[in-house]
Amino acid sequence: MDALEKLGRYGLLLYNAMRSALEYKTYKNNLVNELVKIGYESVPIVLLTGVFTGAVMTLQTAYQLQISYVPRTVIGAIVAQSLIIELAAVITSLVLAGKVGARIATELGTMRVSEQIDALESMGFNSVSFLVIPRVLAGLIMFPVLYVTAAASGIAGGLTAGVLSGALPAAEFMQGAREFFFPWDVTFGLLKALVFGYVITSISCFKGYYATGGAEGVGTSTTQATVLSCIYVLLADFVLAAIVL
Amino acid sequence: MIEIKNLTKSFGEILVWEDVSFTIEEGETIAIIGRSGCGKSVLVKHLNALMYPDEGTVVIDGENIFELEYVALRKMRQRFGVLFQGSALFDSINTFENIAFPLRYFTDFGEQEITKKVMEALEMVNLADTAEKSTAELSGGMRRRVALARATILTPDFLIYDEPTSGLDPQTSDEINQLIISLAENMNTTSIVVTHDIHSVLEIAEKVAFLEGQELCWYGTIEEMKTSDNRQLMDFVKASEYQI
Repeated sequence: MDALEKLGRYGLLLYNAMRSALEYKTYKNNLVNELVKIGYESVPIVLLTGVFTGAVMTLQTAYQLQISYVPRTVIGAIVAQSLIIELAAVITSLVLAGKVGARIATELGTMRVSEQIDALESMGFNSVSFLVIPRVLAGLIMFPVLYVTAAASGIAGGLTAGVLSGALPAAEFMQGAREFFFPWDVTFGLLKALVFGYVITSISCFKGYYATGGAEGVGTSTTQATVLSCIYVLLADFVLAAIVL
Repeated sequence: MIEIKNLTKSFGEILVWEDVSFTIEEGETIAIIGRSGCGKSVLVKHLNALMYPDEGTVVIDGENIFELEYVALRKMRQRFGVLFQGSALFDSINTFENIAFPLRYFTDFGEQEITKKVMEALEMVNLADTAEKSTAELSGGMRRRVALARATILTPDFLIYDEPTSGLDPQTSDEINQLIISLAENMNTTSIVVTHDIHSVLEIAEKVAFLEGQELCWYGTIEEMKTSDNRQLMDFVKASEYQI
């Protein structure tokens, strides 16, 4: 019953957001702000995640394929394809569930318990569309961009680690990556990033918007937003793989 | 005119108050008093439909606000200015932008006009030098005054003050009270003041609604209050005097 009630409130939140979705003037400033916060400010952590994921994958794949008859180009193929299909989207999203999701839930939660959301409503704003639409929209726009950043930096990291460790030269890494490159994989990765962006921002908005009970309540909402975002990212990853592939 | 008719509100099993009815006439200042936790703030949140009752209606100029379509409700809410208990200033923007906020979204004023209006509002609350300050740099009393400037910037028909002087020193409380009086006189605004500070009530209000025992225990003018023999009201008033 509790889960059904929460699902209903989540649906209601999105419905309320859409009621004023066309009032672009009220949230355009917030949208720009969120594009910067979700996108631009996440680039360093996404680059770091991508580079190290790619580097570790290369080293571990090279270690696992220490068999003479397996060509070394396979390492490049495995690393690049794994990053493009799965890891760039999923690992980046799990990291961003902590960074972006926690920030959104804390911001909205604090606004809720300090009556700032009531203040918006009392001025005649649709607080849901004012606060939720720009965050979800920015997530939908920026997560695919961050996915591309993570995939590219992951491949660069993998290539560098391969060269520096002596596992394989850059030319062989790139040859393998190119041979097994299918544009559809990128489309699938972008689709995942889009879905994960929606999942993380909407869940975090939901948890923050309905936060109750002061500082402790905001803390609880933030924790729930992060944990639920991670769980639903993994669940959505499975569902997408089952449906699309 | 705001007519509150047979309002009942509960949170789950907990009854806040029931069958509350009274009228707020245009241009008057009414104080809603009662102990902490008796539901004063909850009651005023029904006046602009920030909360909905279990039963009853709030009728403003002939319209039951709980039956309004969402767009009409938002228009109606714009007739209110609200000073929240914790000021509710937006902490992501500075003092100037907090006051300019409603002007930017609900008027077609240019930047020059907005600056003029905001500076006038800041001067009204004696805070002209704080325009560029972050809200975190302001003291409790300053925050309250900035929130008051924001609440009045669109010249609302109704002003709700939720505990405007709580937590403030007597001097700052008096400054806030004087502002409330001057706003009511100069803007001919209908003012609803939630408080448990009897001294403020005597200074600013014309009428009093006293919440006690989950109901509207007493309602009348200040003069009637002074001569009332309602025991609960008198106990509340006396208790306030003893605190000085």
